[in-house]
Amino acid sequence: MSTPFPIAAREALADSQLRRNLGHATSTIRTKRARVVAELPDWEALREAGRAIKADAIGRLDQLLLELEERVSAAGGHVHWARDGDEANAIVTAVARDHGADEVIKVKSLATDEIGLNEALAGAGISAIETDLAELIIQLDNDVSSHILVPAIHRNREEIRAIFERELGARDLGHEPAQIAEVARRHLREKFLSVPVGISGANFAVAETGTVCVFESEGNGRMCTTLPRVLVTVMGIEKVIAAWRDLEVMLQLLPRSSTGERMNPYTSLWRGVSEGDGPQEFHLVLLDGGRTQVLADAVGRQALHCIRCSACLNVCPVYERTGGHAYRSVYPGPIGAILTPQLRGLDAAPSLPWASSLCGACYEVCPVKIDIPTVLVHLRGRVVRETDAEPRTERAAMAAMAKVFASRRAYERAQRLARLGRGPLVSAALAPWTRSRDLPEPPAQTFRAWWRERG
Amino acid sequence: MSVTSDAGRGHRRRCARRLRGRTSRLRVSLFITCLADTLFPSTGQATVTVLERLGHDVDFPREQTCCGQMHANTGFQEEAQPLVRRFVRVFADAETIVTPSGSCAAMVREQYPRLAAEAGDERLAAEVRAVGERTYELSELLVRRLGVDDVGARYPHRVTYHPTCHSLRLLKVGDAPTRLLRSVAGLELVDLPQAEGCCGFGGTFAIKNADVSTAMLTDKVRRILDTQAEVCTAADASCLMQIGGALSRLRSGVRAVHLAEILAAT
Repeated sequence: MSTPFPIAAREALADSQLRRNLGHATSTIRTKRARVVAELPDWEALREAGRAIKADAIGRLDQLLLELEERVSAAGGHVHWARDGDEANAIVTAVARDHGADEVIKVKSLATDEIGLNEALAGAGISAIETDLAELIIQLDNDVSSHILVPAIHRNREEIRAIFERELGARDLGHEPAQIAEVARRHLREKFLSVPVGISGANFAVAETGTVCVFESEGNGRMCTTLPRVLVTVMGIEKVIAAWRDLEVMLQLLPRSSTGERMNPYTSLWRGVSEGDGPQEFHLVLLDGGRTQVLADAVGRQALHCIRCSACLNVCPVYERTGGHAYRSVYPGPIGAILTPQLRGLDAAPSLPWASSLCGACYEVCPVKIDIPTVLVHLRGRVVRETDAEPRTERAAMAAMAKVFASRRAYERAQRLARLGRGPLVSAALAPWTRSRDLPEPPAQTFRAWWRERG
Repeated sequence: MSVTSDAGRGHRRRCARRLRGRTSRLRVSLFITCLADTLFPSTGQATVTVLERLGHDVDFPREQTCCGQMHANTGFQEEAQPLVRRFVRVFADAETIVTPSGSCAAMVREQYPRLAAEAGDERLAAEVRAVGERTYELSELLVRRLGVDDVGARYPHRVTYHPTCHSLRLLKVGDAPTRLLRSVAGLELVDLPQAEGCCGFGGTFAIKNADVSTAMLTDKVRRILDTQAEVCTAADASCLMQIGGALSRLRSGVRAVHLAEILAAT
């Protein structure tokens, strides 16, 4: 079990630079998103369509994945099935080795972060080079991602300049974003042209056509998926959608929800291999990694509908203040709080379902209408029932309160105690509450006493 | 001073007359919430005052305790189940149910059906649906059901309004509370910047994640203080306990006052 969220969060809350960077970045993206979403009169209908497309696909994954395998194979690709991260890592490592690669170039991919592919490749003597600007920043800094879409959101321009000067041997970079980014551009361009194996994730894979798809902003993804001789795509099995025309909905929902753009600058789609054009060998690794286990939970499985836009992170009042590292997962924020405990098992991250005030801002913006607050509450129930993670004192207080509320007389007796500052709830809640907040003055009488007197 | 209050009283009488003529007399059962019952009785008293002033009959089913929200949202759904059944039983005969709490109203309307479904109890599901259809948060009842904006109140203070998350996103009360506030004589309503941000209460979240809760609260309080209001109001005693707890700790001189108490003031 990793550090519980409340403890990890306390550390993050004390980092004033982090708080400032996050506050600025999330509010900028929030504003952009709200503006472009408001432009579409049919946004709610699009969300409903997005939800229906994902619900349909998740409901018949068994069939769609086989269809995808068939189409990709027919188009000259190789399809691999990986039960977990270790199997997926072994498959990718074997492909890279077959081609004698000591370096691979990577498109930003959450699935490969989830399974620790870079570390596994390093263990086999192969360096994985991240080509997304933000992924490169955190890789150079030996850091980890703190946001689904903007991995280096916790860093500001000055910090990034310092990382580049230190790690890429650049000098006097100045303060203009273009100048700073130019160093990364030159560093990466050489790799794009020389490294034989590219690795990507997938935003969607269309079962009907065998098309794999990557949405991106920088063009690095286009280069990684077209320039190397060999391309390996690692995708979670929940990324499959049924039909080509479903992409039309996703092409509208994803960019507006993620970067607040009407359309992302680069959308790369490919089917297997094409002779004389692009990679001549294509491998698709279908990763389970706990996903089929999530399917077994009728309420929780909607977490698999996620299209990784990160809109829920940007509007979350908890994420906005703690940042992503406090969640100790590749998937932070509200979606991470429901996805991580389900993928890894409740015991591995039992505090995450409580990392929310249930304000509902996440559900309001989710482009595929995942009811995150409902899943959070559901998972809290599962943690209480299925693990020993909840403290015994809390269980005792909750049991005592349930008894109190079960009878009017017990309740009225408890009211008298509570007004004296005693009772199970008061004793469990008092210290953490009063650290930062005063308690209300106990009133002279309860409402019901007043009502009785009034006659 | 005397001129203003006479004018206020005249206005109030005219409103009350007009309203009594327009809407039929309702029999309203008050769902006080355990929090207001125990710690904020003045909120309940004010709710009674407003409804009676408008000519409605209020009763208080004494067997009510807690709606079960704290248990359900903290993961103790099994412990919440009997409280759902209890609520349905206690309010079975109520024609119209009103509560001065957005989140407790949302518990009954939004979460009860889910808890009934989890229990696999069809009869309970039908009962919670029926009770949910009759349950209103106070501002909803006044503005949406009764069509009243002006309840004949007078409150000569500078006030800012915090739209609590569950009123806003679950009940979707929209502008009902601000329509009521704008009709209060003497009240100066000032916009709260980034009003839709959560205050950080979140039930047991305020205890289990006290540090994050406090960070959220700090930003909320800073914005409240920036408005130079004397009073921050909302339609939920729990969020007001959170906001008021910090306003008091900081000795800010700003009060947290429930919407019902403003509407009851004359």
